[in-house]
Amino acid sequence: MDFALTQDQRMMQESLVRTLADASPLDRVRRFADDRGDTGADVWRALAEFGLAGVVIPEEHGGLGLTLLDAALASEALGAAVAPVPFMGAVLAPIALMRGGSAAQQAQWLPKLARGEITAAVAISESVAGARDGAGVTATNGKLNGKALFVPGGVAAGLLIVADTAGELHLTPGEALDSSGRTLMPGIDETRRLAELTFDDTPAEPLCGGPELLAALRDAAWVLIAADSLGAGQAMLEKAVAYAKERRQFDRVIGSFQAVKHMCAEMAAELEPCRSLVWYAAYAFDNAPPGVSGEASLMAAHAKALTSEVGRFVARTATEVHGGMGITDLLGLHFWFKRLGLNRQLLGGPERVREIAARLQGLSV
Amino acid sequence: MDLTETPEMAAFRAEVRGFLAARRDDFAGGAAKDVLGWQRALIAAGYAARTIPKAYGGYGAEPDILKSRIIAEEFIAAGAPRGMSGQGISMLVPTLLEVGSEEQKIRWIGPTLRGEIIWCQGYSEPGAGSDLANLQTKAVEDGDDFLISGSKIWTSTAHAAQMMFCLVRTEPRAAKHEGISYVIIPMDTPGIEVRPLKTMTGGSEFNEVFFTDVRVPQSAVVGGRGRGWFVANTTLKHERGMLGDPNATEARLNALIELMKTETVDGEALIANPIFRDRLMQLQGRILAMKFNGLRLITAQLTQEPVGIAALIVKLQGCELNHQLAALAIDALGELGILYSDGPHLRAQGRWQWNYMFDLGLIIGGGTAQIQKNIISERGLGMPREPKPAVA
Repeated sequence: MDFALTQDQRMMQESLVRTLADASPLDRVRRFADDRGDTGADVWRALAEFGLAGVVIPEEHGGLGLTLLDAALASEALGAAVAPVPFMGAVLAPIALMRGGSAAQQAQWLPKLARGEITAAVAISESVAGARDGAGVTATNGKLNGKALFVPGGVAAGLLIVADTAGELHLTPGEALDSSGRTLMPGIDETRRLAELTFDDTPAEPLCGGPELLAALRDAAWVLIAADSLGAGQAMLEKAVAYAKERRQFDRVIGSFQAVKHMCAEMAAELEPCRSLVWYAAYAFDNAPPGVSGEASLMAAHAKALTSEVGRFVARTATEVHGGMGITDLLGLHFWFKRLGLNRQLLGGPERVREIAARLQGLSV
Repeated sequence: MDLTETPEMAAFRAEVRGFLAARRDDFAGGAAKDVLGWQRALIAAGYAARTIPKAYGGYGAEPDILKSRIIAEEFIAAGAPRGMSGQGISMLVPTLLEVGSEEQKIRWIGPTLRGEIIWCQGYSEPGAGSDLANLQTKAVEDGDDFLISGSKIWTSTAHAAQMMFCLVRTEPRAAKHEGISYVIIPMDTPGIEVRPLKTMTGGSEFNEVFFTDVRVPQSAVVGGRGRGWFVANTTLKHERGMLGDPNATEARLNALIELMKTETVDGEALIANPIFRDRLMQLQGRILAMKFNGLRLITAQLTQEPVGIAALIVKLQGCELNHQLAALAIDALGELGILYSDGPHLRAQGRWQWNYMFDLGLIIGGGTAQIQKNIISERGLGMPREPKPAVA
């Protein structure tokens, strides 16, 4: 038994952290957040050079051929840096293609994705988090109709993977949906661009796999979001600890007051177990037998739900440790606060996800 | 990450499973029929006292954390009682192995492992709780002996114990941490009085112990005079690990799930209530996370890598989760949950209520939650200690 990261995985993560410090420091994130015309292309290019665009794409298609666990470690680093990049689609679309795409579809799309020439987005929100405002996509005779909401990276994606209301998945080339069919949904977290997609007899190709593939995409997405929250939460904890060791009041650093220390200890005590759960959930996904895996789904659900709860606690507590500075734009702590706020709701808030966890175990009908 | 089992480990698992299957009748209902006999059988098979050398009455296996885990898992799966686990076995024996003299090891370890000697631990005092090093029970030299006077509190099993391992102040002029010795005392020595300490559970799980000129030979010191603080600290970590054991918490979670599936209100299973179901799922997520945190610690121990915070949170989280499991069980049972003692409507012998109260004691004992948070923030996060107030 070996419940630890490999040397390669640690080195990859450390080196990604350094790459992000260069390519996406806070002032770069801030420019992206302030300007909706900024596509962040330079940041994504740097990460594509690093290999992130093809992290789970097999080597024969130009990717790194790594696992969801590796992608989760990358996601953790991206969350820690609040990086403004369309990473979820870069992992989920290849999984959809590898599990549900034809050889021709794989050959057509995977190399382009791996090179970072185009980005991908996956529209599964209605199937996972529920349909709002009449959203939902139907597919007939190779045409999609209807709306998909809350699609991360959907504004600029060159490849769309879309779930219909029957749980089947479809592939739509980006050029089939022009800008009139893609509307930005401005949200709290300006480092992530969510889109509303409107399909109007939009041509699409079916993928195989149906609800099983949809469940796999959901599970992988939950693990990635959980890892992103873990990274964002860890970053907030580290900032709070550093601030508490430096800020002086009443002639002492505030980190020597137990009231403040205990807030930090509580954050650490809640966050640290999340790390092991995220690792295990990714591992369970990577090693699941073919077909529907209750174990992988259950672990992904718990990872998503627990990091959502802990994320909220850490976001609030770390902000409080910073005192008044915590709520200023100048400090920029709010970028992490908002990232955690988005991650909590995206693809299902914890209450909804836990209900799915109960259902997976036959504890709910 | 690789959690697949090697053929050697799979064979070992089958062996443990076979052992338990063959002896199912010995532990019907989850408790051993003959506690001492069960303990002897476990030691002989290597499922208790596994790594204690044969010369001292153990099984004599090389430490193998994976096999230990397999044993734990299979015993939980079979609902079989583990070996005895009093403070003698879990704390004194490791201490003697680490710092005891050869004579002490031979004399005490074997009978302790076999359950023939029950021990109690004399650490806390009325004036030395979280600030344990402030203990005042004094041992004054008198020829080849010490005369011990003072009192101890929170001494579980003192009423049933034949022996006590105890921290006493032997060097009153030395610094706080350096004047303490770790001594072994027979409980029938004249001058010892044990008074049960009744707690909120209605039981007396703890005692107070009073010493008046209790004579023990100086040879009863373990690990050297004035070294008691360091001797005790080598084993306190065993206690904290034991108090947060994720396997035990998982076993309780499973019992709670079973309760919520089978118990009904208005003809509907408790699990059908969405609020209770959600609380159960919240706890399951946290318990799974602590379980995998435990696997991570095992691996780190095997590879001798530092783990820092992952180890420091075990006691805090484990005790909290146990307490919350009991709280949920009581809430889900509703009015049935307030029943205690006996009566036809009582569920699970009132165990959930008892746990709810007793586990609060465990959140406080063995280093309070607040002391744990000091440890996490100081050792784990590198935050400064609270400055000592200037002496007026």
